[in-house]
Amino acid sequence: MKKKKRKELLLQGNEAIVEGALKAGCRFFAGYPITPATEISEILSVKLPKVDGTFIQMEDEIASLGAVIGASLTGTKSMTATSGPGFSLMQENLGFAIITEIPCVIVDAMRGGPSTGLPTSPSQSDVMQARWGTHGDHPIIVLCPSTVSECFTLTIKAFNFSERFRNPVILLVDEVVAHMREKIAIPDDEEIEVFNRVKPTVPPEWYIPYQDTPRGVPPMADFGEGYRYHVTGLTHDIRGFPTSRPDEIDPFIRRLFRKISQNFGEMQIGEFFMTDDADISIVAYGCVARSAKRAVIDARERGIKVGLLKLNTIWPFMRTAVEKLVAKSKIVIVPEMNMGQISREVKRVIKSDVKVFTINKVDSTIITPEEIWARIKEVS
Amino acid sequence: MAFRYDIRLSGSGGQGLILIGIILAEAIGIYDGKYVVQTQSYGPEARGGSSKSEVVVSDTEIDYPKAMKLDCLLAMNQKSCDDYYMDLKPDGLLIVDSTFVTQIPLPKAYQIPFTHMARTIFKREMVANIIALGALAKLTGIVSPKSLELSVLSRVPKGTEKLNRDALRAGIKAAEKAKKAFSPRIISEREDEDT
Repeated sequence: MKKKKRKELLLQGNEAIVEGALKAGCRFFAGYPITPATEISEILSVKLPKVDGTFIQMEDEIASLGAVIGASLTGTKSMTATSGPGFSLMQENLGFAIITEIPCVIVDAMRGGPSTGLPTSPSQSDVMQARWGTHGDHPIIVLCPSTVSECFTLTIKAFNFSERFRNPVILLVDEVVAHMREKIAIPDDEEIEVFNRVKPTVPPEWYIPYQDTPRGVPPMADFGEGYRYHVTGLTHDIRGFPTSRPDEIDPFIRRLFRKISQNFGEMQIGEFFMTDDADISIVAYGCVARSAKRAVIDARERGIKVGLLKLNTIWPFMRTAVEKLVAKSKIVIVPEMNMGQISREVKRVIKSDVKVFTINKVDSTIITPEEIWARIKEVS
Repeated sequence: MAFRYDIRLSGSGGQGLILIGIILAEAIGIYDGKYVVQTQSYGPEARGGSSKSEVVVSDTEIDYPKAMKLDCLLAMNQKSCDDYYMDLKPDGLLIVDSTFVTQIPLPKAYQIPFTHMARTIFKREMVANIIALGALAKLTGIVSPKSLELSVLSRVPKGTEKLNRDALRAGIKAAEKAKKAFSPRIISEREDEDT
């Protein structure tokens, strides 16, 4: 196959997220600046107007996601970017986007918390906020890059998933990856797969906005184009109007879950590294996956068979990948920069007598390969 | 074992260390074609406070993005020199701005008055970082001079190209002079107690 030489650039994780968003077709951004996500706002404020897009700096994060939801409802791919404190404020509208099934992408560049915490330091403590931050039973898709290239590709995936499944998608980055610069080759447009939401093919008077389909995802009309329908945060019937009928509520909530769960397979993005013969496996994500990879290489040089499962999809949790891992490995180590948010999931899905060990670092610095190596020695 | 070279550029906020980290990484990664990762860490203050930028160079893909044991440390103030010199490899290179660093913790440091040079030669203190970058490039040999110049010119504000090119060259020259003045190799051949 002929491969064209692509132009290489030195980009920051946040810059790559911007490039990915623009390639995916994002044309609206509303946000409020916050370290370590500010560069995304800064760069989009320059780049969006040049592609006939719209950039708004809002008064706060509640309004930011509100504006994003409104813009998306008109058919414009939309996103916002924030960090933990701002993400907390977005939780209310996040639930609104889920129940109204309005696609949008939210970047959360994780910093130390709780509260204002450590603005400029990395952390991985928003894993559970991304999953359960908003109230009510709901499905969510959360992707997590660990390289600058993945910032680009996973942002495109985030938009594609949100459009396909009519669900908000969260890109969970940590400060290290958001601020790190690496070489990246931006592919040509024809090499990039972009998915746009399915629109109704029926005339406006026949349109039933929340009617079930085999995929569980109803076609979505652009607001303002003649398809009049009702959008509400109240639990609604297939026409979008509030309902309190149990026989309408139950299928609605189940459809919200089904549209994600019946497509689990294609949302599972990750990487197995030297796991085929591994006695000990590491499960890691974000910047820590890079330290873990190094620890695997170092351990192998010392004759210990260690492997790594890198998670790029955090939610829905990669149960099958972890199950595959423990078919061989009898020891699993989960290093993460929180008190144990993903390790709980790993323990939850493992049904056998595999031992799960954790490394929980909360001192605002990245887990080093030496720290993982020390744990390997301890448990092997 | 793959080739890996770890550089830390340190000082206080406002000295332009993150910028020269980006310039160096771009020269090595884009113009020289090696693998490179640049990271940074700084405090929440808008000015002042500690600031550092790290550049890791390799001939293969880089996993751990932060600097491990340092091959080269640039210290632009006393505090960063004190804080980080212990992270140097036994044969690692210490380069200090002797305008601010007066207590030298190691016998083999290159002491060049970057800020003083910027003030006296260029009347612009802000080019001290570019002078230091030129010196670092010369002393480490980690980047080709041509790539570095291209990279500097593509990253500095329009209208300051000549000033920055001259500053870069002044740094290279100062490093040549410092290199002639003494050879740190002799000292670095001492017993390596670490292994």
